[in-house]
Amino acid sequence: MLKTTNVSMIFGGLAAVSHLNLEIKKGELVGLIGPNGAGKTTVFNFLTGVYVPTEGDVEFNNKRLNGVKPNKITSYGIARTFQNIRLFASMSVLDNVKLASYWHDNYSMLDAILRLPRYGKMEQEMDKKALQLLEIFGLADKAEMKATSLPYGEQRRLEIVRAMAANPELLLLDEPAAGMNPQETQELMALIGRINKEFGLTILLIEHDMSLVMGVCERIYVLEYGKTIAEGTPEEIKNNPRVIEAYLGEEA
Amino acid sequence: MKKKNITTILIILAIYIGVFLLTDVTGIIGPYYQVNIFLAGINIILALSLNLIVGFTGQLALGHAGFMAVGAYVSAVCTMKLGIPFIPAVVVGALAAMLIGLVIGLPTLRLRGDYLAIATLGFGEIIRGLVVNIEYVGGAAGINGIPKKTTWTMLFLFVIITIAVIKNFINSSHGKMCVSIRDNEVAAEIMGVNTTYYKTVAFSLGAFFAGLGGALYAHYFFLIQPTTFTFARSFDILVMVVLGGLGSITGSILAAIGVTFLNAVLVDFGAIRMVIYALLLILVMIFRPQGLMGTKEFNLQSLLGFKGRGGKNAKNN
Repeated sequence: MLKTTNVSMIFGGLAAVSHLNLEIKKGELVGLIGPNGAGKTTVFNFLTGVYVPTEGDVEFNNKRLNGVKPNKITSYGIARTFQNIRLFASMSVLDNVKLASYWHDNYSMLDAILRLPRYGKMEQEMDKKALQLLEIFGLADKAEMKATSLPYGEQRRLEIVRAMAANPELLLLDEPAAGMNPQETQELMALIGRINKEFGLTILLIEHDMSLVMGVCERIYVLEYGKTIAEGTPEEIKNNPRVIEAYLGEEA
Repeated sequence: MKKKNITTILIILAIYIGVFLLTDVTGIIGPYYQVNIFLAGINIILALSLNLIVGFTGQLALGHAGFMAVGAYVSAVCTMKLGIPFIPAVVVGALAAMLIGLVIGLPTLRLRGDYLAIATLGFGEIIRGLVVNIEYVGGAAGINGIPKKTTWTMLFLFVIITIAVIKNFINSSHGKMCVSIRDNEVAAEIMGVNTTYYKTVAFSLGAFFAGLGGALYAHYFFLIQPTTFTFARSFDILVMVVLGGLGSITGSILAAIGVTFLNAVLVDFGAIRMVIYALLLILVMIFRPQGLMGTKEFNLQSLLGFKGRGGKNAKNN
């Protein structure tokens, strides 16, 4: 489904990512881990078109993603969340979710300005769909609240709901558990598992929290200084000496 | 919902008939304040159109007088030299401004923040420079003797249309996509918003209504000159938008009315007029940096209360 061949991302003299080869199959739940500054978020940024890779190919469902604009990539079926929360601050929870659905379902500008019947009908449908999605994630009762007035953990959850409203096939989650307490992390793990199983979404997950990654991911890539140093099941990764070295330092 | 609509229509009719009675019929409001009522109406159109670009979409543009000039000149040429009736001429003027907005917007909207501000500032000056050098539109002397076709009914109609179109646009998915660009451009793009497209839409829609305001202005004041559309004019409109609240329709309307009448009242103060004006602006920015309304809108009840007070004030004058 998603394949990167020899992708490098070079900023000035720094290779944030070099010769990355990722392959994700439909329905998988894959983790991407690595120490700080390993280039994980950079990977997300060129997968979603925020950056154009310096070299190599990114392919999604046999479409080349290099140089394609982010909004176009969304329409190919990739959605993401952000490490530093990026909700639309002035909008309500409901509007945040609805906004992500406009690219696939919308009325025309004329319908809106003249308030033609199509406008009312579609707005109702959009409200209904967004509320259903919020319901699943336990945020429906806060639909009318301002997005930024939600507690931190719920803002993170809202980011996931918003990404899902974009109807993706592949969901990229950038440190979804950052700043959450252990109980919230537990709930989130269950939630990510559910999204993967019940909605049949393929998920690529960046995470620092090892328990979360080891708990839910089927397969894990480990990055260090922009290079893949290991790949395999959680069990294999746990016992890989290179990974232990990267995380804990060299054995004396 | 129905009841709300009826109340709104009643308020609109009351304002329309009220001003009509006080000016044309009874003459209680003298010619000086009549001019200011018209100016306030035109300023509402201008402020709303700029708010769409600066307030809702978050693109700082400083060349709004340029679009106003295009609308004013094109419509004046239409009525005076081509013999086109008033309403089509106004629409042609607005469309011309929109077209220019599109031409200017496509390259400059790639710029962000202060770069866009400087580029649009330059555009405004270019338009002014152009009309000074085109003899066909009177050069530096401008166009004189434009037929006075902007009646209270016409102006009122266009103000209502402007408010309705911009309000409906902003409250729709398309308007929300514009707001999402202001809130977080990266996130908007990732959520599937074609940011270039929506910035251009907001910019050209804003230009359209600025052109409309310019056309109405030209057909009220007989005379348009290049000096009518200087940077100071763009800045005046921006002041109304910031004062009313970036991203508030009712805020822009109130601020446009407020600033117009403040200017009218301050005329009596002669030389220190600008000092008082500046002081008032500074005070508002200190005590309400988000503008009078912030991003909020009046709901109907408070709108009813306010308009009632506004009516009384107008009578006192």
